[in-house]
Amino acid sequence: MSSLSYLVSRLLQIIPTFLLVMVVIFLLVRMLPGDPAIAMADAKATEAQLELIRQKLGLNEPLVMQFFYFVKNTLSGDMGTSILLKAPVLEVIIERIPVTAFLTLYAVCLSILIAGPLAFVAALNKNGGLDIAIRSGFQVGLSTPVFYIGLLLLTFLAASLRLFPVGGYGTTFLQHLHHLMLPALTVALYTSAIIMRNLRSAVIEVLDADYVQFARSKGLSRSVILGRHVLRNAMISTVTLLGLSIGNLMSGTLVTETVFAVPGLGRLMLEAIFARDYPLIQGLTLTFAVMVSLVFLFTDMVQAWLDPRLRLS
Amino acid sequence: MTYEAPVLEVEDLHLHFPLKRTLFDAIQRKQKRIVKALNGVSLEVKRGETLGIVGESGCGKSTLARCLARLYEADAGKIHYDGQEVAAKDAAALREYNRKVQMMFQDPYSSLNPRMTVRQVLSEALRVHNMRPPEQINDRIAELLDLVRLPQDAADKLPYEFSGGQRQRIAIARALSVEPEVLVADELVSALDVSVQAQVVNLLLELQDKLDLTILFVAHDLRLVRHVSHRVAVIYLGTIVEIGDSEQLFNAPKHPYSKALLAAAPSLDPDKRHTRPSISGELPSPLNVPKGCAFHARCPHASGQCQSETPRLRALDELGKVACHHAEALLSA
Ligand SMILES: Nc1ncnc2c1ncn2[C@@H]1O[C@H](COP(=O)(O)OP(=O)(O)OP(=O)(O)O)[C@@H](O)[C@H]1O
Ligand code: SF4
Ligand SMILES: [Mg+2]
Repeated sequence: MSSLSYLVSRLLQIIPTFLLVMVVIFLLVRMLPGDPAIAMADAKATEAQLELIRQKLGLNEPLVMQFFYFVKNTLSGDMGTSILLKAPVLEVIIERIPVTAFLTLYAVCLSILIAGPLAFVAALNKNGGLDIAIRSGFQVGLSTPVFYIGLLLLTFLAASLRLFPVGGYGTTFLQHLHHLMLPALTVALYTSAIIMRNLRSAVIEVLDADYVQFARSKGLSRSVILGRHVLRNAMISTVTLLGLSIGNLMSGTLVTETVFAVPGLGRLMLEAIFARDYPLIQGLTLTFAVMVSLVFLFTDMVQAWLDPRLRLS
Repeated sequence: MTYEAPVLEVEDLHLHFPLKRTLFDAIQRKQKRIVKALNGVSLEVKRGETLGIVGESGCGKSTLARCLARLYEADAGKIHYDGQEVAAKDAAALREYNRKVQMMFQDPYSSLNPRMTVRQVLSEALRVHNMRPPEQINDRIAELLDLVRLPQDAADKLPYEFSGGQRQRIAIARALSVEPEVLVADELVSALDVSVQAQVVNLLLELQDKLDLTILFVAHDLRLVRHVSHRVAVIYLGTIVEIGDSEQLFNAPKHPYSKALLAAAPSLDPDKRHTRPSISGELPSPLNVPKGCAFHARCPHASGQCQSETPRLRALDELGKVACHHAEALLSA
């Protein structure tokens, strides 16, 4: 199968996921006691405004028709108006996507930069002092709540030492890097612990494979063996894991963005939940679902590139 | 074919694997445990011959094979190649040894890098030892594929596109690419279907003739070993207990362990299949190799001497050597 048709077929597979998420969001509001129109509108909305919402949602029609209208509105970009921000949901979300995307990507890069080399060092010193030190260090990272790490970093590096700003996003790329350093690091500490563990055992396994031992006996240099034979084969399962943990990463942004006052989707979601801003919650849920699906798709592509066996099916 | 000059001589090879103590062991103040995989292996391999190596699972066959191919470094003992000692300090000689002695593995799945095409695998081998100038590498790869009877379009395929038998052919081609003199085949065909086994083994024997190769053939299938080997070594808990001419050893094994091992193997004659005695007792763990003759706990002829004194491997006739205190007595009995 060519790469293009593979891509297309994988894209088509996103549609059912998308529909399922739409159903959940749709039912979420309808399962609330009382009139969905009241839930979807401001508390101070007039009867006329409520009627307008009822008409748009087709609330007087059968459930199936209502769902149809809902999907139609969403696809045409109309996800309603945020009660909290008094602005179209789509607009609000699009404005904030880059922040969260930046933060997530930043966190992924940091995780790889932290976990990759350390996993190799640990694997090459399997069960040695260095290995044990690295593993116990990450174990602490894994068992500490994200917000606690965030608060620690904030108190010491930002508030006391003033090395980093205590919040915000900045305007230029370098400012983004600077402002988001601590939040990204907070998220990265957790993911890098997972990646480190996985990559370490993958490297140990590959180092043991006959083809690596054979390459060594041929007298190939260490860097060639590690680069050509070990790294690429060890990476396969780690890439999958990284892709799967993207959901974790994003829920991590909820807390982190709030702790660090980063104006992203995560903080917006938390605010929307507290304000019972249903249109915004719906829009954000959908956005997160689409983002996670796209990351899964991307993961599959990288995997197919890394592992030739997967290209078959 | 002459079998006279030993191409490879191994003297008193030892290799122990210390097991990592778990935290639990450390708390209990247990001693560090050591797997004694090789305990003084000595053997000679003659130029052009096939030496079979047989023994129960875990007795150190693969460890010996890997030591010979220098995938493992022995703790003690000497290896001579063409009469010259292969010493760790002489880098150039080591390199030459690494080229002349090539290894092939049992598992066709872990012996090839799943992300490298056959061409990449072969050209890596050719380049490392500067076997050919770069512009001739592709021609040489074509030759090698012919040699192991793989189609030319195999070159640009990845390992997963081949069957187990084809993968082992690729492994043979990889070994042959550097023009070795000795091949170490560790259970080369054990993972394959019987029909495919025959094809690969016959290919190996043909190549041996064509290229004057010396082969160490490690396998647990005794019939196969008998079929391919000129001489056979029987190994038990990391030492050779009997070595000698293949036909003589299979027809009239002298060491009590060899006798038991051959008796335990399924007989060719269906009537005799269940009437022969097999080995009594459990194979001791290589963590805990018995003193004296390692076989004494299971040997029907064991005496007091066997429990305290380790028997040396000694020649009984011009065709073979045996490590047993009572070999002569057993022979006349
Ligand atoms: N790298 C290693 N680390 C620790 N122990 C090892 C290692 N390699 C082998 N051993 C141990 O050494 C002993 C001999 O193993 P070896 O693989 O040489 O046996 P074998 O005769 O090839 O067995 P089989 O027929 O099952 O392949 C076994 O007890 C094995 O567990
Ligand atoms: S030395 Fe003793 S125990 Fe060992 S095989 Fe011979 S008779 Fe048996
Ligand atoms: Mg083995």
